[in-house]
Amino acid sequence: MSAISMILVVIVAFFAGMEGILDEFQFHQPLVACTLIGLVTGNLQAGIILGGSLQMIALGWANIGAAVAPDAALAAVASTIILVLGGQGTKGVSSAIAIAIPLAVAGLFLTIIARTLAVPIIHAMDRAAEKGNYRAIEMWQIIGIAMQGLRIAIPATALLFIPSSLVRNFLESMPSWLTDGMSIGGGMVVAVGYALVINMMATREVWPFFIIGFVIAAISDLTLIAIGALGVALALMYLELDKGGSGKGGNEGNSNTGDPLGDILDDY
Amino acid sequence: MERKISLTKKDRLAVAWRSTFIQGSWNYERMQNGGWCYAMIPAIKKLYKTKEDRSAALQRHLEFFNTHPYLASPIIGVTLALEEDRANGAQVDDVAISGVKVGMMGPLAGVGDPVFWYTVRPMLGALGASLALGGSILGPIIFFVAWNIIRWSFMWYTQEFGYRAGNKITEDLSGGLLQLVTRGASMMGMFVLGALIERWVSIKFTPVVSKTTYSSGAYIVWSKLPKGAKGIQSALEQQASGLALTKIKTTTLQNNLDQLIPGLAGLGLTFLCMWLLKKKVSPIVIILGIFVVGIVFHVIGLM
Repeated sequence: MSAISMILVVIVAFFAGMEGILDEFQFHQPLVACTLIGLVTGNLQAGIILGGSLQMIALGWANIGAAVAPDAALAAVASTIILVLGGQGTKGVSSAIAIAIPLAVAGLFLTIIARTLAVPIIHAMDRAAEKGNYRAIEMWQIIGIAMQGLRIAIPATALLFIPSSLVRNFLESMPSWLTDGMSIGGGMVVAVGYALVINMMATREVWPFFIIGFVIAAISDLTLIAIGALGVALALMYLELDKGGSGKGGNEGNSNTGDPLGDILDDY
Repeated sequence: MERKISLTKKDRLAVAWRSTFIQGSWNYERMQNGGWCYAMIPAIKKLYKTKEDRSAALQRHLEFFNTHPYLASPIIGVTLALEEDRANGAQVDDVAISGVKVGMMGPLAGVGDPVFWYTVRPMLGALGASLALGGSILGPIIFFVAWNIIRWSFMWYTQEFGYRAGNKITEDLSGGLLQLVTRGASMMGMFVLGALIERWVSIKFTPVVSKTTYSSGAYIVWSKLPKGAKGIQSALEQQASGLALTKIKTTTLQNNLDQLIPGLAGLGLTFLCMWLLKKKVSPIVIILGIFVVGIVFHVIGLM
């Protein structure tokens, strides 16, 4: 890998790390991060496909309140670097996914460390506020953001300096039952993301929509956009018909109320 | 009341841009407080000129704060209006400002999480990912552009809305429009989720349930095809007219399951995951478990 590629990879990793906490531009989402790393290293195609696969797994990962989700940023960045170093192109995607999952767990610890290190930063802000020194507050905020960027940029840099032959040997030494089994697992693992989302959203009111969606998807002529349009139309119809009726709170964020299947699962 | 100092659109834009970084110093003690204060600085500089006033304002905005990062925008809007009144001499005390912030952050986080993290992002993400799996660069681009347009317009317009509505916003929120949007979004979300599970959770059981031999004339007799390209053409024609490719018809467990409802196994797996999550099993454990199951089932020939 050329020096310019390496620098660009570290920059992408820095942005992904920043976004892992900011959650604004979505540079940390695998779809974006893997594609960018693929782009700067000349492996665009493999990066896009890896990004798409990881995105499917990471659909339901979200930072809610103080809870920390599995770290999509580290998983996306590191697995793409490994994919590129391994030199197998799109064939290496399924083993890269398998590597990404433990990395998402490792990233979780880094996130917790960074969020703890931010405590002294806001204490420094308190002191600056007493003096009315807004420049110092701005500086500390930027330091906080940069620390989150380094959270991913440092591991990414370390990975770059592991000799690529080592990575390649490691990937090639994986037996086919293992890699095939893992890609089968990869096909199933997306269910976890959906389950997370459903547990958040499910209420008695919305389950029929889920059933209709599931059944209708078997018609393979319908694209996702068509299905989305159908969903919008159904929701609009329902809300229109429901007008004047009792406007009971549809979504409390917590699904334990008014969710029949959830109650069954709870009692089981 | 005559306003001596007011925040211009430029000031409000500066605040909105800075609120992009509201989670930058997220910490376990006071969460988004540093980012909140950072976002308010352009307004504080404009409204307060003495060092004492500025210091008081900065400390006021370093209090605990946490909500959904995008739904902080309407709260910022309201706070800007309150600070403006205060700087113009109105009786707005610290308690009123904290009260508005704390009072709004809880309910708004409850709106933002399901709408953004659990509806818009999974939907856009799945759309982009399905394109990306085919190797198309359009997947990531559509996801990134669409998301940021939605995000930025939401943040700017709700901040402006909050700024105009001032104190009245809390009443507006309980008035129902936002609730209606949240309800509609979760209906739409569940509908698409059902579809995604059918499409994207891929489980294939390979064990062969039965082998039956086709009657003659129901399959392509490869040895009797003409030579060369003609043979390929005739084979394709025969297949198009409904002839089977092999003499023996194999039915796998998967074929049988698909005859019930396509995607049933994926649905079952999703329900299992939901149940495990409700039993407080960590998603990471489930994910690793699924990989182990995938490998084991593959080795014993079940998948």
